[in-house]
This record gives sequence, structure tokens and C-alpha cells, in this order.
Amino acid sequence: MTTASSADHPTRRDFLFVATGAAAAVGGAAALWPFVSQMNPDASTIAAGAPIEVDLSPVAEGQDIKVFWRGKPIYISHRTKKQIDEARAVNVASLPDPQSDDARVKSGHEQWLVVIGICTHLGCIPIAHEGNYDGFFCPCHGSQYDSSGRIRQGPAPANLPVPPYQFVSDTKIQIG
Amino acid sequence: MSGPSDYQPSNPALQWIERRLPIFGLIHSSFVAYPTPRNLNYWWTFGAILSFMLGIQILTGVILAMHYTPHADLAFKSVELIVRDVNYGWLLRNMHAVGASMFFVAVYIHMFRGVYYGSYKEPREVLWILGVIIYLLMMATGFMGYVLPWGQMSFWGATVITNLFSAIPYAGESIVTLLWGGYSVGNPTLNRFFSLHYLLPFLIAGVVVLHVWALHVAGQNNPDGVEPKTEKDTVPFTPHATIKDMFGVACFMLLYAWFIFYMPNYLGDADNYIPANPGVTPPHIVPEWYYLPFYAILRSIPNKLAGVIAMFSAIIILCFLPWLDSAKTKSSKYRPLAKQFFWIFVVVCVLLGYLGAQPPEGIYVIAGRILTFCYFAYFLIVLPLLSRIETPRPVPNSIADAVLAKTGSKSTPMVSTAIVLALAGALFAGSIDSARASEGNDKPPGNKWSFAGPFGTFDRGALQRGLKVYKEVCANCHGLSYIAFRNLAEAGGPGYSVAQATAFASDYKIKDGPNDAGDMFERPGRPADYFPSPFPNEQAARAANGGAAPPDLSLIAKARSYGRGFPWFIVDFFTQYQEQGPDYVAAVLQGFEDKVPEGVAIPEGSYYNKYFPGHAIKMPKPLSDGQVTYDDGSPTTVAQYSKDVTTFLMWTAEPHMEARKRLGFQVFIFLIIFAGLMYFTKKKVWADSH
Repeated sequence: MTTASSADHPTRRDFLFVATGAAAAVGGAAALWPFVSQMNPDASTIAAGAPIEVDLSPVAEGQDIKVFWRGKPIYISHRTKKQIDEARAVNVASLPDPQSDDARVKSGHEQWLVVIGICTHLGCIPIAHEGNYDGFFCPCHGSQYDSSGRIRQGPAPANLPVPPYQFVSDTKIQIG
Repeated sequence: MSGPSDYQPSNPALQWIERRLPIFGLIHSSFVAYPTPRNLNYWWTFGAILSFMLGIQILTGVILAMHYTPHADLAFKSVELIVRDVNYGWLLRNMHAVGASMFFVAVYIHMFRGVYYGSYKEPREVLWILGVIIYLLMMATGFMGYVLPWGQMSFWGATVITNLFSAIPYAGESIVTLLWGGYSVGNPTLNRFFSLHYLLPFLIAGVVVLHVWALHVAGQNNPDGVEPKTEKDTVPFTPHATIKDMFGVACFMLLYAWFIFYMPNYLGDADNYIPANPGVTPPHIVPEWYYLPFYAILRSIPNKLAGVIAMFSAIIILCFLPWLDSAKTKSSKYRPLAKQFFWIFVVVCVLLGYLGAQPPEGIYVIAGRILTFCYFAYFLIVLPLLSRIETPRPVPNSIADAVLAKTGSKSTPMVSTAIVLALAGALFAGSIDSARASEGNDKPPGNKWSFAGPFGTFDRGALQRGLKVYKEVCANCHGLSYIAFRNLAEAGGPGYSVAQATAFASDYKIKDGPNDAGDMFERPGRPADYFPSPFPNEQAARAANGGAAPPDLSLIAKARSYGRGFPWFIVDFFTQYQEQGPDYVAAVLQGFEDKVPEGVAIPEGSYYNKYFPGHAIKMPKPLSDGQVTYDDGSPTTVAQYSKDVTTFLMWTAEPHMEARKRLGFQVFIFLIIFAGLMYFTKKKVWADSH
């Protein structure tokens, strides 16, 4: 093959080889997509992840319930006055993941804390009403969250995330 | 693999590895510098095609296993969920199911090529025997894979094939119980078949490595059957053989894609879209097409044990081929008599395949016995005899001589044999259909369906009207349990918006629970819910309908079919006729007649239907003119209702049909361009070598 001369002015043969190689590469890459895409959640899983409604009326002050949405445990806490005050009294700047309590609850419904109950360290489920901050304690590696679900102590890097939700009525929320 | 390689990579990092593990030298000597005879024809590309298919089967199989549930109660449904819900699940499933057939198409061509050109002869006996072992493993793998969808044919195929072992004297029954892991084919059987079906392909891959190793020790045979003597007889594997093989693979992919995108159920059996039922055997139980010749041999022997022995001998005898045929001349090209007998043998095999799909009665049994005799006679009488009496034509001195002599005279036999084989293959594949042709019922009339053909799409109006007919009429007795309300808003469906589908769902009461008090409760339907079934269980359905449970309609358009008969099943392959199911469903809906013809007895509680097998159907005439009101002004006639609801049921049977045909068109455009480019590239690469 005349590779030396083709460097200056490509021959028809070179064009053919490049075109064939390019077609093979494009076809191969396109064929790869279904094999990757199939790993994503299937249509029934996505449909099952639709928003859910939760009735809050049976949850008394100081109690909390755990519901599941998209396979994740969601803590819904009916906070006491004391818990709310504690959460608001903290100097936000001193927190590892600074965030005010206001930003983590819906205004007008400050007594309700809704968080995804998955420790931001390595995914264990923290225990409610334990630890030094009147919030959550993760038994796996000792992370402690306060009554606003914010990280206060331990290896976890971030606050417990707040899922998307809204109040449909005073006693009913829709998660998702 | 011809001695230590003197190949040295130029990259220092690769050199470092090469000194410690000479893997690049191995690859270079096996697949780059390896001398390949320059006179190989396209029949030799089937080795590469088979490697490609094995890779595809393993890749798609591993992926399907990620979504499949090997449990007797869940397997059938999990396969349907793969096809309906997993991203590109329909594509992956079609690739795997059709891939098995394509694998066998390629292996049969590969084997016949080996027989024709004497590729089993000294020094390639071990190479050949390894090939027979691969073939046996493939048969076992294919059989167990066919069991996994747990449809009617899966279940009864598993029952019949495992029962073959009961023919073994004394130990037979114990062996069968051992295979089943129970007193009959059941969940333990399915579980172990799944495990073994996952294992065996890797064993095949291992034996393929040995097969290629043996090939590279002995060197490739070639159409002239003379061993390469000088460098002039060979060309380097890369780029010559690599490019040629890739061109072969590209052409083969065209055939493969034809089935995947346009005829995915052509090679399968409609009965396998009915969930396994241990209480009812399908009227015509037929194995997959690639086992049919051996199935015919099994059935033509009237003794159980002898039949099983004959069937297995028909495969094992291939191992002894190198010694049964002791002729010194390898290629049938130079053996005038062997060449003729070879083609007779091919015809015998094809005809045995045809008979394997026919009901075992009358002329078919006699023909089966004659052909079984011919099959064994080829190995045990013809080949040994020919080795002694035949005078072969002189073979060329060298491959180079053969190539020079050939220039000018085009290889027309190759083209004609390709046509013969294509026809034979079509005959073979379609013979499953003709199994059902002999029932003597009126054939359902053909309809013009909007979804037929390579560019077919569903008529949205028909889908919406069909849904209405289903909801108001069929749903009183028939479930639609694989369809969720959300499907109504999906692309390629009835074209409703998400809001419309949500509103449609909320009209239904769905049983949910248990709630915190432990009670079940009813709530309005959501898009994620499935159509509720009219009866809580099969017994209730049976009791309410005179003993016959109304079948779930989700898959009915694919689970029903009728025999097309010769030569239609061959024509169907080219015209892409796939609408036996819809034609049948529409015909049954319109086939009720008050006047029962003479000679047909209809039992109490049944009704006469012109197109139903046996004519006595438990379902009363479901549709009458004006029964369902249409908002769009379409005629409210039984004919229109039938057409609409059948269109709807075709969609429920295959919600992604439009996506399949659309992607198929794109793939074909690409493959045709790519195969064309490969052809010219191959010509350029070989230009200096001819």
C-alpha cells in the first residue's frame, strides 16, 4: 500500500478505507446505546415512582412516621415547640452544611419536617429521636442530625435531603 | 500458533508486557500474520459469522438475565415485561430469540461446507470432532433457552425432550426425575435450566477456543483440498481474511435484521405466547426448526428406545465421519460421485426437517422411514463405498495453480447452491406452519391492516374505538392484565394524553392494601395500575362461563395463528406477512352463524363458529350491530367493531411495534450502505492477490 504518497494527497483507496472505518465506528457506537440504555429504570419502575399522598392527621405532636417513596424511607416528623426552637436557635454559619431551618420546611407548616431518611455518609437509615441533637442518629458510623435533619456531628458530609413535596391541605402532603 | 512468534511490539510498554506474557505475539501470529489459503470462498466466512453470533448471544443473554425471573409463576410475565417496559427490551429479546435461529442457520451451512470440502479429513479429525461437540452443546443450550419463557411450547417441549431419557432401560424413570427435580416439569426444572442455559454458552466459547487452536495447528482446508505449499498459496489473515469475514458478517446481519425488525415471530410458535399450562398439551407439538430433522428420525422408529438411540446416533455418527470416508481426495469438487451424493444428502436432511413438522400419520410416517434410512445410508454405506470405488478427478498441484485456472470461469455453482440453500431454509423454517394447515377449517379471510408491512403504523382512530369496544363488551369476561393505563398515553399507542389516560384510569376501582388496619380497600385507578381482570381467579372465570375460562386478551393477537401452508409460508417471508393472529381474531369475531352446517355437532352450551378450531366455541356471539356507539361517525357494524378491537388487541400484544419497524428501516439503510462499503473495501484489499 502506498502510505508514503497518500500523506500528501489522499487517494481514492484511502477515502474508501476511511469511509468504511467511519461507518463501522458509527454503527458500532449506535448499536451500543440499547445495551447501555436497558440498564436504566424500566417504564413500570418509573410509573411506580409517581407522587404519593400522605395523610398527616394521625401523627401527634412529638411523633413521626416513615413512608416509602421510590423505595426510599421518608421521615415525616411532627416537631414539638422545643424541637423547632432548637433548630432555629443554631448559628447557621457554624454548621458543617449551613442551611437555615426555614429553608428546610414549608412556611406556615413549621411543625412538619419531611426528610429522606438516608444517611448522607453511606446510605444507612438513621434512628429518629436519638443522638445529642434531638434529631436523628445513624447507628452505622455515628453521624448525628439535629431536629431539622442537619448534620451536626460524625462523618456524614451533608444534611438529610428534603424530598420534593407540597401541602395539598393542612393535613395532607403530596410527596414527589 | 505456528511456533514461537518473532513479533515485537514497538511500544516500550507493550514490549514490557510481551516479555512477561507474549500475548501480542500470540494475537499477531494467530489473527494477523497467520497464512490463510488464498482460494477460500465465501462459505469460509461462516466461521467468523458463528463467532459473531456467539458473541451476540452471550451479550444479549447476559442482559436478558438481568431482567428475567426464573420462577414458574413469574417467568412468562417477566419476559413480557422485558418486551414492554425495559428500554429497548423488545430489541434485545428479538435479537436473542432470532439470534438462536441465525446461529443454527450459520452452523448448518458451516457443517455442510465441511462435509462438501472434506474438512474433517486428516489432519483435521480433532478439529472436526470439537466442532461436533460445539454443535451438541448448542443444541442443549438452545433447547434450555426455549424453555425459559415458560409458554406452552416451552413447557411441553421440556416435557417431551426430558422424557426421551425415560427410554433408557431400568434407570430411565430415575434419570428423568433427577432432571426434573420433581414428579413433573415444574419450577425446579425451570430454575436448573436457567442456570445451565447461562453456563453452557461459556463452555461453548471454551470449546471454540480449542476449535480455533486445532484449526491453526492444522491450517485451514480450502475449496481445492490441497495443502498450501509455498507462500504463493497463502495471503496474510489480516487484512485479507479479516475484511472478507467482516463483509460476510455484514451480509449475514441483513438477514438477521430482517427477522429482528420485520419477522420476529416467523421462526417461533404462536402457542408460546400462551402461558404454560400443565393440564393441556397443544394439539401440534413441534420443536424449534433446527431440531426438526432429528425429531423426524425419532418419530419414524416405532420403538421408543430404538427411536431415541436412532436420534442420538444421527448426531454422534458425525464424529466418525473422518474414518467412514477414507477417500484421499478431500474436496468434492474433484469427486464427481461424492458431489452428487452430497446434494442428495442435503435434500434428505431438508425433507426430514419438513417431515419433522408434519403430523405423524399416513404417508409422512413412511416417507420418514425411507429418509431416515437414506440419512444413515449416506454415512454407513455411501461414503465408505465411494472411498473404495470412486475415481476422483486430478487435483491441482497447488492452490496458486487452482486460482490461476479459475480466473475467467466464474463460480456459478456457488450462486446456484446459495439459491438452493435459501429455498431449503425457507421451506424448513416455514414447515412449522404447515403442521397446522391440515385441520380442515375455513381459513380466516385476509384483511388490510394499517399495521401490516415494513412501514405499518396503528390507525389511532381504530385503537381508540377498539379500546371502547374492549371496555364495553370484551372486558365483561376477558382480562387485559399486561396493559397498564399509562400505556394508553405512550408513543405508538392510541394517542391519548397523560391527562386523558389518568382520567381513564380514575374511572376504575382498583383493589389495594392492606392498609394500616390490615384491610384491603378500593381506590380509584392510577396510570401505573393495570387493567383489572373481570374475575378474581381462573376458577371463578371458569365457573361463570360454562367451564371454559375466557383467555386474557393482552397477547391474543400473537398467541393465535393458523396454518399458511405451502407455498405461502415462503412467500410470507418476502412479503413480511405477519398478520395470521389478527386475521384469525377478526374472523372468529365475525364467524358466528345461527345455521349449523350438516355433520357438525355443537354440544349444549356451545356455539357454532366457522373459524374456531373444531367449530364449537363456548363464547356466545359477542358483537351485534349498533351495540357500541362511536363518536367519530365510523359505522357501528360488527365488521367495523371486529376490525377496531382486533387492531387494539394487536397493539396490546405488541405496544412497541411502530418503534420496531421504524428502527428496522434505519438499521436497513445503514446495513446496506455498510455492506456496500465493505464490499468495495474487500475488493480493494484483494486487488493485488487475484
